[in-house]
Amino acid sequence: MKLCWPRPSALWRDAGRRFLRDEPATYSLLLLLAITLAVIVGPWLSPYGYASQNLQIGASAPSIAHWFGTDPLGRDLLTRLLYGGRISLAVGLLATAVALVIGVSWGILAAYFGGRIDALMMRIVDALYALPFMVVIILLTVSFGRSMLLLFLAIGCLEWLSMARIVRAQVLSLREREFVQAAACIGLGRGAVMLRHVLPNTLGSITVYATLSVPNVMLLEAFLSFLGLGVQAPHSSWGVLISQGVEYIEIYPWLLLFPGVTLSLVLLALNVLGDSLRDALDPAHGGT
Amino acid sequence: MIAFISWRVLQAIPVLLAVVTATFFLVHAAPGGPFDSERQLSPQVEQQLKAHYHLDQPLSRQYVAYLGALLQGDLGPSFRYPGRRINDILLQGLPKTIELASYALLFALLCGIGAGLIAARRPNSAQDRITMAAAMIGICMPSFLLGPLLVLVFGIYLDWLPVTGWGQLPGDKILPTITLGAAYTAYIARLCRAGLLEVMNADFIRTARAKGISEQAVLRRHALRGALLPVAAFLGPAIAGLLSGSFIVETVFQIPGIGRFYIQGAFNRDYTLVMGMTIFFATLLVLLNLLADILSAWLDPRIRMEYRQ
Repeated sequence: MKLCWPRPSALWRDAGRRFLRDEPATYSLLLLLAITLAVIVGPWLSPYGYASQNLQIGASAPSIAHWFGTDPLGRDLLTRLLYGGRISLAVGLLATAVALVIGVSWGILAAYFGGRIDALMMRIVDALYALPFMVVIILLTVSFGRSMLLLFLAIGCLEWLSMARIVRAQVLSLREREFVQAAACIGLGRGAVMLRHVLPNTLGSITVYATLSVPNVMLLEAFLSFLGLGVQAPHSSWGVLISQGVEYIEIYPWLLLFPGVTLSLVLLALNVLGDSLRDALDPAHGGT
Repeated sequence: MIAFISWRVLQAIPVLLAVVTATFFLVHAAPGGPFDSERQLSPQVEQQLKAHYHLDQPLSRQYVAYLGALLQGDLGPSFRYPGRRINDILLQGLPKTIELASYALLFALLCGIGAGLIAARRPNSAQDRITMAAAMIGICMPSFLLGPLLVLVFGIYLDWLPVTGWGQLPGDKILPTITLGAAYTAYIARLCRAGLLEVMNADFIRTARAKGISEQAVLRRHALRGALLPVAAFLGPAIAGLLSGSFIVETVFQIPGIGRFYIQGAFNRDYTLVMGMTIFFATLLVLLNLLADILSAWLDPRIRMEYRQ
């Protein structure tokens, strides 16, 4: 069966227009694009390696040679920040992708089968919801060691719960709508109705939720790395850099300042973007 | 109501059992024994240690024994703090963590609701925009960044407040409370503003105004209660978040609460400590959720009806 995506509907066209009219959101998007580009390209352009030490200069304040200064081992902070950004952004995106795949399929399947299976699947989600998220991730890092792959999977596997709930609720309400009933009336199978008519209409909330889940995941990664349970040396991530910055907060404040500002800015931009997308794609929501 | 409560309590039991089982087997599947250290132990000593902690018995026997002890409220001995039991460590750290979380929650409620009211007073005015921008920044400022910054400004440059400890020096509870509460203040401010804006458009508010009472009285007597419903619903997740958020704050400010013990346990591979605390946290959270559900069912009869079907 050929899966055909609908042409940009009025919803998406209007949403695009509403979004572009929202100045903070447009700037946030530009900022995120710029940082993503810098993070991808930057480490190649930098004359320094992310782990290459220069003990002769040690910790030095920002200068022309080292724009953001160096840490006590003489490592260039800008290079480490860009390199760490790769890891932080990758964790945010990959874990969200994992959460997206599990959550969307779980929600759709639960709504599709309905009845007992639906009840069982949703009780599982409720049960997992009741777990202390942070504690579970720390438990996983204790049990399976501290690998980055595990970090992606563990965060992704725990982030999907809200997604499953949102998608299920959406599918259940869409199923009652006339156009879905009309599609069923002209003889389309249940699977085809789901894929061609119901799923595309849930994309709005999925987009919004995914955007808002990226900063959550990034914060979680930084949280773990700050505690020393996340990304391990010599690799860096924004959380790792902040935790190093905190150590030298009194004598080398730039070590905390640059990573801290960068992380906060990215989180801010992602949240503003998510809020704006919600207002644009879901006018009924009313904007909280 | 009684049927609803007993139904919810019965539902919590399999969840808790699953948590205990999963935690137990996860921890026992972990590579590396709890007694692996830099110092090589002689085989006899290791044998004796294992016998002491019953690690030489088959896993199923250990599991049954652990469950049995757990039912009596015993979380077992610590591997890394010889002679101490997890219960003692919990009892020692818990009061500090609970105190910290309560202060932070109180701070968040007071400042959050206040800020929400200020913002909602005149929607889209300067005071609204500034308050909401501050709330957005509050949400995006991780506690492990805010804490050190507060320490730097108020503890080191201005030298107004002590920067570590809990209850040893006057004023040492202020910075940890603000650090932990900031993000929740921001959330509550947003929820309160949105709730109030929605309520202010309701018919009963127009009726109240039509009766001629002052705007102050409309706000205080009629609107506020409705506006606080979303805030009340947020309390459950907020308490859970405050408890795990205390991990970071306790680390930054060196407060000997349970969060700090948990992190140290994770580093030291103190398996019984990690296991016991995970189970403790999960139980606490399940109980809190239970309480929140019962509370909302009591407030809102529709929820009770929904479950009856």
